[in-house]
Amino acid sequence: MRDAALAPPPIAMLAELTHRCPLACPYCSNPEELIAREKELDTETWINVFRQAAEMGVLQVHISGGEPASRRDLVELVKGARDAGLYVNLITSGVGLTDARLEELDKAGVDHIQLSVQGITAKTADWIGGYEGAFARKMAVADKIAEIGFPLTLNAVMHRHNLDDLPATIELAKRLGARRIEIACVQFQGWALKNRSMLQPTREQVDDAKRVVARAREEYRGTMVFDFVPPDYYADFPKACMGGWGSTGLNVTPDGRVLPCHAAETIPSLTFQSVKDASLADIWYNGVAFSAFRGTDWLPDLCQSCDRRDVDFGGCRCQAMAVTGDATAADPVCRKSPHRHLVDEVLEAEVVPMGNKAFDYRKFPANR
Amino acid sequence: MSSKRIPVLPRGVRLHFDKVRGQNVLLAPERTLFLDDVGHRILLELDGQRSIALIGQHLAAIYNAPEDAITSDINEFIDDLADKRVIGFADA
Repeated sequence: MRDAALAPPPIAMLAELTHRCPLACPYCSNPEELIAREKELDTETWINVFRQAAEMGVLQVHISGGEPASRRDLVELVKGARDAGLYVNLITSGVGLTDARLEELDKAGVDHIQLSVQGITAKTADWIGGYEGAFARKMAVADKIAEIGFPLTLNAVMHRHNLDDLPATIELAKRLGARRIEIACVQFQGWALKNRSMLQPTREQVDDAKRVVARAREEYRGTMVFDFVPPDYYADFPKACMGGWGSTGLNVTPDGRVLPCHAAETIPSLTFQSVKDASLADIWYNGVAFSAFRGTDWLPDLCQSCDRRDVDFGGCRCQAMAVTGDATAADPVCRKSPHRHLVDEVLEAEVVPMGNKAFDYRKFPANR
Repeated sequence: MSSKRIPVLPRGVRLHFDKVRGQNVLLAPERTLFLDDVGHRILLELDGQRSIALIGQHLAAIYNAPEDAITSDINEFIDDLADKRVIGFADA
């Protein structure tokens, strides 16, 4: 059954332990339908998934959410992942991590921490995250991370309201002793679509940001690594989402469904299997959701005849779905796409001076 | 590019043998580097004590190869990894 030519084993797995999160970011990447606490996989099942992942060739696990610290068994899960032989990245907002817990996570074997920031001041960050006190808490967590010695990546999610602070964001990363900074401009999928007109940066901001990053890369060579995801509505060509569908990574949701990417559930034609019903390897090699867009045979003619076919693989499926309503279309960001005008129309309509509009925050239901 | 530098793998960067692919890899924050035999051999020498020059001398003797060429290769390899922040220096 396995087509070895098309499907190498995955390198990375995103483990979304929970959708619960104290923050309410307007670009939340959790899916439309949140999974309640009672439906989350238990400790033992997660550890079994980590073992299966390692056995099939996964090398790194990204432990995420929601906020992974919302799981009481986080330390145990990290230990389980390390024991399985995986490199453990913890992706966290920092809220919910006490000093004592960070020390336990150190003993359990966390290899690297990715700490998100929503802004460089309490005022901006707490407004965007919809949680008063979050920024102060994050800075305290960052200090403890440095004291313990974890390698740190600062994960700065950028958009119209904080992109002008990019130089200061890079300074903050330096001050916190980050080894890496991810400057991730909001990608418009799921909840972020609801706030697109509030979040979409202007072309001037994007051009400035590119110059700032280029300069900083030189200035910080050898001390800090930059990972920059520009806002792709302004790009000429799409990004190679996931390095090609079903080629390097997979994603497990809090209740055990296995997805080719975290937003794949926005494509209604796909159905997903669960780790409760099949092995991870079977789902990866034989699952219909994984084969749907794997390789390049399924690509439309436009992409088949393009010299970028093996560079971007037609771009992002979820974006094609969100903008054109057809998940099999070329990513509409592409200059060659017959749908590019849809993206330009969005930019023209939405990137306008703002009145007193407010964010549509993402709140997890209180009765968790 | 100094051969006096003492390269080390910093915390969060580690060698791992990937049984599935039958290959040595370097695992680092948000990065997986698949190593060839030469790269793996160099990284195995990092002990936080010896400089690039001493490691070059050692490997040149083992492989009966010109020390200058070996040391220059190590410097190049280490510089590339240092740019990626997956190698640090003990004396820095």
